[in-house]
This record gives sequence, C-alpha cells and structure tokens, in this order.
Amino acid sequence: MYIIVVGAGKVGWNLARELLEKNHEVTLIESDRRRYLTVEQELEHNVSYGDASELWVLERAGIQRADMVIAVTGDDEDNMLICQVAREKYEVERIIARINNPRNKSHFDLLGIKPSVSATDLILRLLEHEVPEYGLVHLLDLQEEQLEIIEMLLGKDSGVTGRRVGDLEMPEGSLLISVLRSGKGFVPVADTVLEAGDEVLAVLDPGHEEQLKELFGPGGNGAGADG
Amino acid sequence: MFILIVGCGRVGSSVARAMLSQGHEVSCLDEDPESHARLEVGLDKGWEDLGGQFTVGAGLETDALVAAGIEKADAFIASTDGDNTNIVIAQIAQRRYEVPNVIARILDPLRAEWYERQGMHTICPTRVAIDMLETAVTEGPSRNGGSAGSPAETGQGG
Repeated sequence: MYIIVVGAGKVGWNLARELLEKNHEVTLIESDRRRYLTVEQELEHNVSYGDASELWVLERAGIQRADMVIAVTGDDEDNMLICQVAREKYEVERIIARINNPRNKSHFDLLGIKPSVSATDLILRLLEHEVPEYGLVHLLDLQEEQLEIIEMLLGKDSGVTGRRVGDLEMPEGSLLISVLRSGKGFVPVADTVLEAGDEVLAVLDPGHEEQLKELFGPGGNGAGADG
Repeated sequence: MFILIVGCGRVGSSVARAMLSQGHEVSCLDEDPESHARLEVGLDKGWEDLGGQFTVGAGLETDALVAAGIEKADAFIASTDGDNTNIVIAQIAQRRYEVPNVIARILDPLRAEWYERQGMHTICPTRVAIDMLETAVTEGPSRNGGSAGSPAETGQGG
C-alpha cells in the first residue's frame, strides 16, 4: 500500500517506521524544517518537507495514488482538513485522523472524518479495562455498522451469576458472544450457567449499555427470575 | 441583521465597526482579550456602549460560539489568522448551526478555489492581490510608451 503520514512528531515518525518495516511505501510530511532534517537522517527520501495543508504539497507527495492518508499532527484543524481534502478532493479510500483535544471529536464527526483516534480516549478505555469497577468496557465500536462489542466482568454480587444464559432477559438488539472463564474462552449456549469471575463479551446496538449494566451488574435487577 | 465575526484582527475589527455603524447587531469572538482594544480604534465611545458584543474564546469551542450568539446569527464571518481554523469553523457554522450566510477568509488561493467549488463562500485576499498586481503591471506604463499590454501585442508593436 502507498501511505501518506502527515506530521513527524513521535506518533508520525514511529508510525512511518513501522509501516516501512511492514514493507509499505510511505511518505511522511513534516512542516517544521528542523524536525524534518532530524527525521530525514533516518528515513531519508521517505520524508518530505512542507505544509500538508497546502494542496500542492500533497500532490507533490503523490496523493493521487495514495491508498491511505493518516494525519497525526498536533493540530486538530490541520488533521481534519488534510483528511477532508484527501477523501473529497483526491478520493483517497482510507483516512485516519488523530484527535488531540477530545472536545473536538464532534467537529471531526461533523465533517465526516472517521475513523478518528484520540489518545485520551484510548487511555480511558485501557483504564476501564484495567480497573474492573468500571464494570463495562467498550472493546470495539463499529460505527458504520452501528454495533459495538463490550466486555463485562461478573462479580460475586452480579445478578446473573448462577443463572442459565437461556433464562436471561437480554435486551433486544444484544447478544452474548463469548465467555472467558479461568483463562479459556467459549461460546455460551442456552444451558451455559454463568459464574462469578466470568468475563463475558456481548455485541449490541448502541444505546443498550445501560440495560446490560443493570442486568449484569451488582444486585442485578436481573430479569426478575430470582424473585 | 445579527452578524458574528470570529477573529478580531485588522480585517475582522474593521468589518465589525462598519457593520455596527450601518445599524446591524455585531458580535465578535476572539481568543485574545486584547483584541477588544482594536475594535475601539477611531471610535469615540466604547464598543459595548455602541451596542457591540465581544466574547473571549476560540472559534472551535462550541460554548464560545453559542455564547457569542451563533444560534441566532444571520451572517458568520471567519476571519482568524489561520486558514485551517477559518475553514473548519465556517463548516461548523454552515452544517451544525445552519447560519444562512457564511463567509470564510482563506489566504491560500488553491484551497479557497476548491472550497468555493464545494459551496463555501470564500474571500481570498491573496487572489485579490495577485489579480491587482497583474493588472497594475500590464496596464501600467512601459518604456516604449503606452501600457505594457499582453506579450503578443507588445511583440507586434515592437
């Protein structure tokens, strides 16, 4: 693949190096002269000097034949617009934009720039994953498909431990897809009985998180079958 | 008409004063509190005393835009010193807040042209300067008298 990476900061430089190691063709564009000269010592002709907000700089880098453009500068406006022209003017099939300030996320969405990646979000998710009290972890958002996959750790006090999967009143538009127990994963069937300590994965339509949390959470308003 | 101007530099502040003196409601938004002083250049009263509004904040901050009155704006002018900021906030004004008349100042002629074709009303000072310089050169005096004219004409004349 031919990939253009914009912004030779820590993210862009390392990304370009990794992509080159995976045998992709890469052009890294950097607008700061000194930074460019530093990076050029290692990446040589794979780095190009210029402001990628300017169309001719993108054209000189060969954007017309690029399969992917990744904008990871430290400036959200730059990342948004570079991706916007890449997709809408040069019809680049895949774009990825970095979000520096999570509060700008809605602007990326408004301009149709997706996927967009925010380090703050990634770290928050990692935190949710590492700190079980959070209860419910987003593993994957399939925005186009309008689906998400979440993970839940069943505590001793969860309303569903000791119950058959078939008896759970799962909200419509959600499905248990796997159970991880003592290090092993399996696909649950109706007769599977859930245990404390199980990590369950569910796929669901966005917006059902709260219902699932209630069902699987402590005390479990768990579908009333107990009562 | 309610006019919101984001970016209160030389251009933004001059347009703001002119619009206010024509009797429009004018609101300015700028990151730099000091830019308020530029609004009052040549005025004998304070900006607020004359009915103007001034908000400190960045154009990308939704809260600042709302505080500055974007929801009731009839016209929106993006005139910060950054092309990219202007292009982004003009699209926000257009798409999210449905401001009827959105104008963006874009210095880069190539992008101004492309965004214009995408339906954005753009003003490109660089383009204006290029055109004026071209005209000034071709219509100005030359050594053999008369105007420089086009290369073809000059060739025939010589």
